Amino acid sequence: MPEQQPYEAGRAIAGTGMGGAMDLAASEATTLERTPGGPEGTGPAGKPRSLWSDAWRDLRRDPVFLVSALVILFLVFISVRPSAIASGNPLTCDLARAQDGSAPGHPFGYDGQGCDVYTRTVYGARTSVTVGVLATLGVSVFGSVLGGLAGYFGGLWDAVLSRITDIFFAIPVVLGGLVLLSVVTSNTVWPVIGFMVLLGWPQISRIARGSVITAKQNDYVQAARALGASDPRILLRHIAPNAVAPVIVVATIALGTYIALEATLSYLGVGLKPPSVSWGIDISAASPYIRNAPHALLWPSGALAVTVLAFIMLGDAVRDALDPKLR
Amino acid sequence: MAEPILEVSGLVKHYPLTRGVLFKKQIGAVKAVDGVDFTLAQGETLGIVGESGCGKSTVARLLCGLERPTAGTITFKGEDITRLSGKALKAVRRNIQMVFQDPYTSLNPRMTVGDIIGEPYDIHPEAAPKGDRRRRVQELLDVVGLDPEYINRYPHQFSGGQRQRIGIARGLALRPEIIVADEPVSALDVSIQAQVVNLLARLQTEFDLSYLFIAHDLSIVRHISDRVAVMYLGRIVETGRDSEIYDHPTHPYTQALLSAVPVPDPDAREHRERIILTGDVPSPADIPSGCRFRTRCWKAQERCVVEVPALAVPAAFRDAAGPAAHPSACHFAEEKQVVPPEESRLNGNGPG
Repeated sequence: MPEQQPYEAGRAIAGTGMGGAMDLAASEATTLERTPGGPEGTGPAGKPRSLWSDAWRDLRRDPVFLVSALVILFLVFISVRPSAIASGNPLTCDLARAQDGSAPGHPFGYDGQGCDVYTRTVYGARTSVTVGVLATLGVSVFGSVLGGLAGYFGGLWDAVLSRITDIFFAIPVVLGGLVLLSVVTSNTVWPVIGFMVLLGWPQISRIARGSVITAKQNDYVQAARALGASDPRILLRHIAPNAVAPVIVVATIALGTYIALEATLSYLGVGLKPPSVSWGIDISAASPYIRNAPHALLWPSGALAVTVLAFIMLGDAVRDALDPKLR
Repeated sequence: MAEPILEVSGLVKHYPLTRGVLFKKQIGAVKAVDGVDFTLAQGETLGIVGESGCGKSTVARLLCGLERPTAGTITFKGEDITRLSGKALKAVRRNIQMVFQDPYTSLNPRMTVGDIIGEPYDIHPEAAPKGDRRRRVQELLDVVGLDPEYINRYPHQFSGGQRQRIGIARGLALRPEIIVADEPVSALDVSIQAQVVNLLARLQTEFDLSYLFIAHDLSIVRHISDRVAVMYLGRIVETGRDSEIYDHPTHPYTQALLSAVPVPDPDAREHRERIILTGDVPSPADIPSGCRFRTRCWKAQERCVVEVPALAVPAAFRDAAGPAAHPSACHFAEEKQVVPPEESRLNGNGPG
């Protein structure tokens, strides 16, 4: 065929078939030589690996993940069984010892009401962890499902949902909390969590919608559709893994704000109320005495800061592990 | 000519232009594809060329069922596939697969090569028994010239040419009869383009594939195609065997396109005539009346404004059996040599 003349370079493999093409592939493969292979290796005999098993393999070796996971496990443990490390009762207080420093058996000292700061800090973890984790879970699930579906299917639902999120964005958090939570009489974490989910989902929903719209324009989604993949398959296998990273990042940051928001609402008297035990209540109660008894403020604040940091680091590590490009 | 495996007739795709958010009102339509007819024979390669925005890619998406045509039929082995849905559509999709333009976005970055090439088997479980899939994926990697041991790697660990091979392996997984290649090499380095084009040519004989090869690079289309169709603004303006189109173009648009092809021989380059078109491609939302090329054509006359030229062998060549007698949608079709003949190119200082 004379018209094949312009392709001198290609003629070498045109006739030789398989072998020639393989040689070319080998010369192309120089970039592959440098890719780091783990001890478990990329050997052909290993069983097929998925994104999540690879991510787990990475996470197990990531010190940031290990430290934050240990902190979180510890927090979860003391939330479930606070009596395991604190023998006292957080509600047994002795006004005579108000604002006293540390004493034997009471390492963190006493707060303004003469309650043991150590016991109260341990018991307070339960509220903060419950509110933070459940509110974040609720917001993430609710927000990403609604936002993701709106972004994927578009059309009328998308338009309606976007306007609804606008309405929710217009509600000021503290004012909304004062109005909505003041009518609630139950002194449990559930109204607080419910309120956070109600006001928090539009943020996640917007981010999920945006990243789903970005992901669905990729050719690999078209390729899956051309293969005849169903909508659930495209959403779960192709779009969700590529759109979830921003949601994880925002959710972990939000987790810290939810723990802080719980403290704010408790301070305003519409969140949890004493006799409930929460870091937020303790921080609010101790802040007027910061000059006289800084320990009563610093211990619960420190616990709060470590908790928030642990969750943010965990989110960061998970995001990195889910991105093969960083591997 | 062999039995046509695919017949496209009167294919139209209009995208409505709307105004308003909730209460949409149609104010016009982008006529991306506006009446396209062609056939594809078993084992044949049909090249489609044209400028950006002429509707080439939309044709590809319509064939693969990624878009629903506004009108017209796509007949695959005697069955109109444009109105199919559900199971029947899924079954037809096994037979028409696509190779995408950009190998950097056509592979899911979070799936391993094994998952990507094996996905067709997950979607069509009847195509391969479960225990057999891994072996088949490795076979496919081997067929496209990649090391089967790469099965657990991620797309970002490969070069552009290798990624395109992975995309081709995915397209081949279901043993389709037709591969629609939408600019499969335009995103690659020139040095890699030839390898991928030659791979496609080898696979065609190996698997008895029919190709619809879309590109804007005329020389690549000529290299791989048996027949060529030139598209302009949603329509085919000229079609014929590759030698008929390249050496005996009769449509002014084809002549202008061909005159822009780089000529490696400096002597021939100096003697050839460059046809410079004036103006831009008109908006597909506002297509000129009559002949849609008339706004940029140096031959345009009154007749071109009122009468739409049909895609047929022009009257001037109807009796002659020569290579110029091929369908061309022009009222004033005439032969014009724009590319130096093959012989002079071969005798000259050929490409390095």
